Amino acid sequence: MSRIVMGIETSCDETGVGIVEIADGQAPRLLADEVASSVEQHARFGGVVPEVASRAHLEAMEPMVRRACATAGMALGELDAIAVTAGPGLAGALLVGVAAAKAYSAALDVPLYGVNHLAGHVAVDTLEHGPLPRPCLSLLVSGGHTQLLRVDDVASGITELGSTVDDAAGEAYDKVARVLGLPYPGGPPIDKAARDGDPDAIAFPRGMTGPSDAAFDFSFSGLKTAVARWVEAAERRGETIPVGDVCASFQEAVADVLTAKAVSAALRTGVDTLVISGGVAANSRLAALARQRCAEAGVELRVPRPRLCTDNGAMIAALGAHVVAAGGKPSGLDFSPDPALPVDTVTV
Amino acid sequence: MLVLALDTSTPAVTAGVVALGSDIDVLASRVTVDARAHGELITLHLQEAVAVAGITLRDVHAVVCGAGPGPYTGLRAGMVSAAALAHGLDVPAYPVCSLDATAAEVDSPAPFLVVSDARRREVYWARYGTDGLRVSGPRVDAPSEVDVAGIPYAAGDGARLYEDRLGDGAVRPIEPRYPSVRGLVACAADALRSGAAPDALTPLYLRKPHAKQPGERKRVSA
Repeated sequence: MSRIVMGIETSCDETGVGIVEIADGQAPRLLADEVASSVEQHARFGGVVPEVASRAHLEAMEPMVRRACATAGMALGELDAIAVTAGPGLAGALLVGVAAAKAYSAALDVPLYGVNHLAGHVAVDTLEHGPLPRPCLSLLVSGGHTQLLRVDDVASGITELGSTVDDAAGEAYDKVARVLGLPYPGGPPIDKAARDGDPDAIAFPRGMTGPSDAAFDFSFSGLKTAVARWVEAAERRGETIPVGDVCASFQEAVADVLTAKAVSAALRTGVDTLVISGGVAANSRLAALARQRCAEAGVELRVPRPRLCTDNGAMIAALGAHVVAAGGKPSGLDFSPDPALPVDTVTV
Repeated sequence: MLVLALDTSTPAVTAGVVALGSDIDVLASRVTVDARAHGELITLHLQEAVAVAGITLRDVHAVVCGAGPGPYTGLRAGMVSAAALAHGLDVPAYPVCSLDATAAEVDSPAPFLVVSDARRREVYWARYGTDGLRVSGPRVDAPSEVDVAGIPYAAGDGARLYEDRLGDGAVRPIEPRYPSVRGLVACAADALRSGAAPDALTPLYLRKPHAKQPGERKRVSA
């Protein structure tokens, strides 16, 4: 038997609607993945403005559902279930997707599953690389999250091994970009500028890597400040800022800590597969260093293609499909979105 | 024809089912006054009203939705629900000004205002003639700045909330306080009966998003 699941994602600034099909015992298959982003409306503010994001979600919601159905070549009435991001994320943004999903669920008379955004980032890899080995490790890195997870079952069993104690990795990219006068979001321009720079030019600090620090937690706030101090000192000396070297050295510090801790977690917990996802997984240096270190350690590395790493509805549809296939209980229509939904709560 | 009506522009989460012919016959309605539960209650209320009316959602011919003005987060819960319901049921959705829906239930011998709470110490308001038709607005202003010249009455929850500041207390609050199911459908009745194409489901925000562009970057070193 196969079932068709629609996923709705509105936790931040992307309105995503995805549709997948799942057959018994198989990984879900992607039928549609439509995303409307309000990122350009936030750029001049240097970060996501919640009210701007919420307005954009309302405008884009129904058009994205229509587009996803058209791409999948199916009518709404063919859906068997709906999944929606219940958290974590921006309260007002989550509410738009959750309210829409409830109304679609009522109108179409199909069950609704409120699911965890972070687990969606893990589940999305099954659309590209098939079923996840049990257990596997997940390094989730984005503008809002930096977490190391042990995944025993993506539909029900996720445990946090560590997370950032201050800024998310992607947030550090945005702040460093601002220091260097590069546009928001900072990931792509820093990655690009770093190609012409020397990653060993400046020895920026590696946060939370001391002997008494938590082995699997991260910190990027000190790194961001160190970059700002270095740039300001160079400015005071009247020097031209070597943007390429600063970007390459900053990016090296981020990728070094992320991959070292992820690989060490795999070795120490005896898990042989690492999935890296989230928007920062698209970073070229993170991907290259992860490949090299995983190969050296004998850990299998899985990274979904960039389009699936950033926020989208396909990841929520994929997670919903796993929950449906596992016989998970629908959420009903009375749940509230939870901006701080913990990662071990896969469904609400 | 059977019409679903909903409004989340005020603390009242309002949903109901109407049989619309030459009259407006409210078959069932569910209203809860809770400014923090729009997203939790609106679809449940619609389902309950449909059950009480003895029909199913699939029997519905159209949706009418209050488009505000109202506090944004709650307003969006209702509007996105209306859009999704209409899409899911393949029926049209008609937006109406929520202040007009309140005005439709006012019985006043004189021109009147409808005033609702806009938070941040402001009100959404519009002015109506004795025939109940909107003459000006909707606008958002501080209560003391609302033009009350020649206006003895004001409906809407904002009229009670700011009773002493609307025209220095010279404007008397009257019923109703919130848009009703009947009032919502009354505002769209002509369009529903004629089958006119609905306007886009666009909320009446009346304010730009509150956001500041960053100033000069702060330095981290002295």
